[in-house]
Amino acid sequence: MDSDDEINSVQSSEDDFMDDEDSLGEDFDAVEEPDDFGFSQDKDIKPRKQAYEVDFKVWGPGQIQDQQDKQVEEVSAVIGQPTESTAILLRHARWNKERLIESYMDKRDEVLESSGLSEDKEGSASITKADDFMCDICCEDGKDLDTFAMKCGHRFCVNCYRTYLASKIRDEGEAARIKCPGEGCERIVDSKSLKLLVTEDLKDRYHELLTRTYVDDMNNLKWCPAPDCTYAVECGVKQKDLTKIVPTVTCSCGHHFCFGCSLNDHQPAPCMLVKKWMKKCEDDSETANWISANTKECPKCHSTIEKNGGCNHMTCRKCRHEFCWMCMGVWSEHGTSWYNCNRYEEKSGSDARDAQAKSRQSLERYLHYYNRYANHEQSAKLDKDIYLKTEKKMTQLQSSSNMSWIEVQFLQEASQALQQCRQTLKWTYAFAYYLARNNLTEIFEDNQKDLEMAVENLSEMFEKSTDQLAGLKVEMLDKTSYCKRRRIILLNDTAENLKSGMILIIPNS
Amino acid sequence: MALPKRIIKETERLMAEPVPGISAVPHEDNLRYFDVKIHGPSQSPYEGGVFKLELFLPDDYPMTPPKIRFLTKIYHPNIDKLGRICLDVLKSNWSPALQIRTILLSIQALLGAPNPDDPLANDVAQDWKTDEKAAIQTARDWTSKYAAPE
Ligand SMILES: [Zn+2]
Ligand SMILES: [Zn+2]
Ligand SMILES: [Zn+2]
Ligand SMILES: [Zn+2]
Repeated sequence: MDSDDEINSVQSSEDDFMDDEDSLGEDFDAVEEPDDFGFSQDKDIKPRKQAYEVDFKVWGPGQIQDQQDKQVEEVSAVIGQPTESTAILLRHARWNKERLIESYMDKRDEVLESSGLSEDKEGSASITKADDFMCDICCEDGKDLDTFAMKCGHRFCVNCYRTYLASKIRDEGEAARIKCPGEGCERIVDSKSLKLLVTEDLKDRYHELLTRTYVDDMNNLKWCPAPDCTYAVECGVKQKDLTKIVPTVTCSCGHHFCFGCSLNDHQPAPCMLVKKWMKKCEDDSETANWISANTKECPKCHSTIEKNGGCNHMTCRKCRHEFCWMCMGVWSEHGTSWYNCNRYEEKSGSDARDAQAKSRQSLERYLHYYNRYANHEQSAKLDKDIYLKTEKKMTQLQSSSNMSWIEVQFLQEASQALQQCRQTLKWTYAFAYYLARNNLTEIFEDNQKDLEMAVENLSEMFEKSTDQLAGLKVEMLDKTSYCKRRRIILLNDTAENLKSGMILIIPNS
Repeated sequence: MALPKRIIKETERLMAEPVPGISAVPHEDNLRYFDVKIHGPSQSPYEGGVFKLELFLPDDYPMTPPKIRFLTKIYHPNIDKLGRICLDVLKSNWSPALQIRTILLSIQALLGAPNPDDPLANDVAQDWKTDEKAAIQTARDWTSKYAAPE
């Protein structure tokens, strides 16, 4: 598809739904303005795109339908097939316009055949009665039976055909590629036949499903994953770019999500690290805390051993290796002095202690990042509560201080900023776990620290009583915009380094 | 609910013209439930074995495929521990024009041609790929151990 046009048109529509980001953009622009004065003259006057942002466009259900119709018409004009058939061809080609046109010009018959389209335009499918007919599905027969078959000749009674289509559409959610019910037949039920056979009550569902497959088939379109949201987002970021770009998009419904993996916004961590991290947390988190406090590993087979009781003579349940809990040395070298281990310097013990320390170290390293990640996740949940309380406070504030609704908006803005910043902080910790140490990591951690401090400062202000809050408006506004600014700085820095490949990921971590 | 004509006809034909090496008998009290026996195809590791299966025709049969499962333990890459079968015609390639008879024939064919590249039982498929000879021997052992004719 002509993605260039579409990407360019993004700027204008972005304004409509990025309202909350607007003030943030202006804020940041004001600070940066002197730097590139003169550069940006010929660029968009609208808030400049940050380094971490990507172009995208939100489409409503009607627009998706229009887009689809437009493409069908375009291709139909080129290949000279009616729109009905063109639609089938396009769906079959998974909406790859160029490839379809090319292969159609090249080997027309083959393309038509593989899409289940009949070549001859006469004998168009219709409902008829047939002599000597028995339906293979219901085994009913008789001259009066209404029957239907497509070009392939697999004839069934109309009742069965209808039931079949209904079960495909209603139960299996199929629409674009329903096959003929005939055994082993690959012919796709075309839209003319469907029009003839699909009952009124299923038509809406059928069209909904067609639109659904359209978006699913397009690489540059994704459904907004928010529950009950019917919008789709268009974005040009390709699958292969996901190691260098984190494509966060915002739907018209307000939901921020990653175009790459459809998860909630996970800036600044790239998709593959997010996936890795979540898998790791799933595997480790339950036990990690407890393990680090109460157990050691058998120095021989590395299975985890729990110490229960005072005796230092340990026998590994798995490999039967006997060792001393205190020094990790082989038990047989202990003689009779087991009750007071004094063999800390022995070779076998010190090697085992090294190995133990290493694995412990890696666990501790993980826990360091995990605890901070989990803490921000937890706090983000608390922030949701705050958000609800905020509304109440706003109402109270209005009545107690004669402030207008607009004037108390700062509370809501602050709480939204808090949520977004915590979300980002959470992922900075998952990200940092995978970072190899270099200068950039230090800068990253400085940025992280600055944002974290800003966030905790702002968070504290919410604990103030309602009558105090009115007087804190200016301070709160300052802190809110400072938080947003710190977040943008961190995200821009990280995005730029990620793009240029300067950020190194620890291999196999 | 009265039994649909389709099921009555299929059952009649299964009884009148049984498929060689396969039997399917409906329960008297539930005509949608069949006891199935399949003989292992010759020249396969399942040769000489008689495998019991259960087959059930759901309410929306034949719009949805029959539910079918091995009751006899069998060592096969496309059949799992619970006897469930990985076969395309039982899933995405089901057509309402297919019949019990054709499905049972497909299952018999699957015994003759195991496909470790589309496995349901991953560990078995792995064995099959790494040491086919040994896997076939195991399948033989299981056949004589669990599928001996009564
Ligand atoms: Zn019929
Ligand atoms: Zn057909
Ligand atoms: Zn949405
Ligand atoms: Zn992602």
